[in-house]
Amino acid sequence: MNKIGLYIHVPFCEKKCPYCDFYSVRGTEELLDDYTNCLIERIKYEQERIGRPADTLYFGGGTPGLLGGKRIARLVEQAKACFGLENAEITAEVNPGDHLEDFLQGFAFAGGNRLSIGLQSANDEELRLLGRRHTAAQAAETVHAARRAGMQNISLDLMLGIQGQDRESLRRSIAFCAEQDVEHVSAYLLKIEPRTVYDKRRDSLKLPDEDETCALYLLACEELEKAGLKQYEISNFAKPGFESRHNLKYWHCEEYLGLGPAAHSFLNGKRSYYERDLRAFMAGAAPVTDNDPEMPAGCPEEFAMLALRLTEGLRDGAYEARFGTPVSDTWKRAAKRYEQAGLTECKADGFRFTRRGFLVSNALLSEILYNS
Amino acid sequence: MSVPRERIRNFSIIAHIDHGKSTLADRILEQTKSVSLRDMEDQILDDMDLERERGITIKAHAVTLVYNAEDGQDYVFNLIDTPGHVDFNYEVSRSLAACEGAVLVVDASQGIEAQTLANTYLAVDAGLEIVPVINKIDLPSAQPEHVRQEIEDVIGIPADEAPCISAKMGTNIGAVMEQIVKHVPAPDGNENDPLRALIFDSYYDAYKGVIAHVRVKDGCVHAGDTIRMMSVGSEFTVVECGYMRATCFEPTGYLEAGQVGYITASIKAVKDANVGDTITRADNPATEPLPGYRAVQPMVFCGIYPADGAKYPDLRDALEKLQLNDAALSFEPETSVALGFGFRCGFLGLLHMEIIQERLEREYNLDIITTAPSVVYHITKTDGEIISIDNPTNYPDPSLIAQADEPITNAHIYTPKEYVGNIMDLCQERRGVFKDMSYIDTDRVDIHYELPLNEIIYDFFDALKSRTRGYASFDYELAGYQKSDLVKLDIMLNGEVVDALSFIIHAEKAYPRARKMAEKLREKIPRQLFEVPIQACVGGRIIARETVKALRKDVLAKCYGGDITRKKKLLEKQKEGKKRMRQLGTVEVPQEAFMSVLKLDE
Repeated sequence: MNKIGLYIHVPFCEKKCPYCDFYSVRGTEELLDDYTNCLIERIKYEQERIGRPADTLYFGGGTPGLLGGKRIARLVEQAKACFGLENAEITAEVNPGDHLEDFLQGFAFAGGNRLSIGLQSANDEELRLLGRRHTAAQAAETVHAARRAGMQNISLDLMLGIQGQDRESLRRSIAFCAEQDVEHVSAYLLKIEPRTVYDKRRDSLKLPDEDETCALYLLACEELEKAGLKQYEISNFAKPGFESRHNLKYWHCEEYLGLGPAAHSFLNGKRSYYERDLRAFMAGAAPVTDNDPEMPAGCPEEFAMLALRLTEGLRDGAYEARFGTPVSDTWKRAAKRYEQAGLTECKADGFRFTRRGFLVSNALLSEILYNS
Repeated sequence: MSVPRERIRNFSIIAHIDHGKSTLADRILEQTKSVSLRDMEDQILDDMDLERERGITIKAHAVTLVYNAEDGQDYVFNLIDTPGHVDFNYEVSRSLAACEGAVLVVDASQGIEAQTLANTYLAVDAGLEIVPVINKIDLPSAQPEHVRQEIEDVIGIPADEAPCISAKMGTNIGAVMEQIVKHVPAPDGNENDPLRALIFDSYYDAYKGVIAHVRVKDGCVHAGDTIRMMSVGSEFTVVECGYMRATCFEPTGYLEAGQVGYITASIKAVKDANVGDTITRADNPATEPLPGYRAVQPMVFCGIYPADGAKYPDLRDALEKLQLNDAALSFEPETSVALGFGFRCGFLGLLHMEIIQERLEREYNLDIITTAPSVVYHITKTDGEIISIDNPTNYPDPSLIAQADEPITNAHIYTPKEYVGNIMDLCQERRGVFKDMSYIDTDRVDIHYELPLNEIIYDFFDALKSRTRGYASFDYELAGYQKSDLVKLDIMLNGEVVDALSFIIHAEKAYPRARKMAEKLREKIPRQLFEVPIQACVGGRIIARETVKALRKDVLAKCYGGDITRKKKLLEKQKEGKKRMRQLGTVEVPQEAFMSVLKLDE
């Protein structure tokens, strides 16, 4: 059986970013301690229940960096003790500009080997408009600090289609990533999520229009590849061999355990998640089963939907390994209809979306999976 | 309730929409204690939801009441309600034929309107005694004496005795009742003659079959009699007959000359008991039917399709059920490349069409798509053959057409004189031919135009209302066919003709309409993965063009933390959305796009 992925949500932020809808609350030292202790108990409990080793561990947030060195080390060590984590990829998300020396030391010491840094932009004015407190210079320092701590796998996050961004400023942000010589970049198109500050201020935001945003995305893909960061998913780019192993588990429809409020799991063919409620989680609330009769967990449509986020696309090999049959001909034929328009690339053993296809992937998926 | 014939009064109430006909009917019911206050819901006679909402009577209804008059005697009042819209003129004429008198309700603030006149003339032609009543005297703008004069001048009947009432407040209703006793003649007829009963309304009841509302003119009919429908010759055995009271049936076992009531005879569909037909007895038939029977003739046609193709049998069932109750509704199966299987339906007019559409949606819970309404064109082909076309799909190639004729109406518009200019502009735009204009009184006129029927079936009435701030009223009747310069306008999406959007139009109107349609479709068709050209063409020549740009961005960029539920929800939403779309070749068109191009002036 494949090894699983382990996700730990750290739902604490000093300040909420106006565009972000991930679950987070303000943390005190005491609460951070309690939460860490709680997670350690849960890791033990889940290990007994699941009894399978893991080979990736990912601390997402929130702001995992807030945990500090001691707590992160305890968590990593407990996870290793319970889930093996041999030759594992162990990632933590951090904010540039936070005091991270202590955190990095503890994380690296316990075995953490990958850092994902929320750069967002290398343009200070754009950062200010995004409501971020750091500067590009501080982000560069964070990268250096990570290197000093021994991180050999560093990822920077970029945002596309944000206020103040144009092609020139985006080029500068990408050049910054290239200068830092990082192994991985995630570049997401800004999406205004409901119930965020951005959502309320929607009308007053001066965002690039749809056409310009698309141009920015296509430019980012090109420029990142020029910098040696090859696109492997809609929003992810890496030097060869540095693709995020943890995130690939999601897109390959593999199994993972998520711990913490708002964390999702896919285990034994079942998807479930914890409510967005820190207190309830700490009080031992059970996860909610995500029972979707329209699209059962692990079904062919779900598998395809995730596979088609990747540049490798949907291939007979992987599909057959999972379902015992090659990719359906109806899907292949449907995909073929969009090849001429430059949205798909089709081969005998499957198909994938092009960059322009990625930009309309929701509509394209629905056409291919449900209109054939 | 045995009352001699000389104390029976059969009458209708006629009025313009909103002049208070139904309210007056309710007051009469109340005052004759026909309905207990507990059962009294406003406007008892309008018992279809739709009628209540639209404030008009779609079907006629009748009710038998007992009125104890000032002379101390009991009188039987048969109140026969009439439909209030020009689409149902024939039904109105049959209801009137069942009466000896008509109460004419005129709004004290609005005065005489087109329908008032049209219906009054129908009543006068039917030989009815007119009892004028001036309503809404409670309104501050009421001018009862002015209206009284108008009734005398315009209609030419004495109005000095016309009661001034407020049906809403219940003021002076008794005076109306006494006027009915005094002026409406008692029915004549001989109960020993062979039976002749006029069907003035019929509807289908799930338990009793068709319930025919009749006025017995001659003879009598008993439960158990074998009766014959004189126009079609079909025979049935009477199961039950009696009076229609306000809230129930009162079986009496027989009906005789002069009386109004109902007959049930296990009749399966209203088309077997047509409005206007004469019922006689099979064992002693009358030689001549009552005059005035007319087979109903649909004037407006459109395609009706289920939004979900799988609901085709449901749509057929629903139409069949509606037809049980509506002999004027016709339908036959048709297929459309764009819309699949559906029905070509014929209606008396646009209102009738809208009512059927709404009933299909509300009462039968069907999602339907309708195509543009069309009238019946007469096409003379080059080989001399003459064909009737009510469906653009069947429109012949222009090279095969020697002459095209379209139906023309005689239309009367009644309006305060300050709107004459606006109305003439409107009628001019609608290809109207001015006939004459006469003054009804010092500030109101009757404008007479010849208007092509296809110019008034879309939105003429709405346009008229908006250009006269609601003051004008309108009435029309078919006046034959005239040679016309017609073309078929086709809409192409992504190079393919969408048959459901084609329609027949006058050549002069094709260009502006094509422009509007193309624009409307561009607004309504969502961006797709391809660019979608919209072209409107006449005889292969493109006269308008628009483009729906290709979708640029529709992506969930972030799919992390293992939370794929949102991604799934999005996909499911998209899948749901697809159900409301019609796949036309490679293009997806939302259902509302079909509807919106029918209402281009909104």
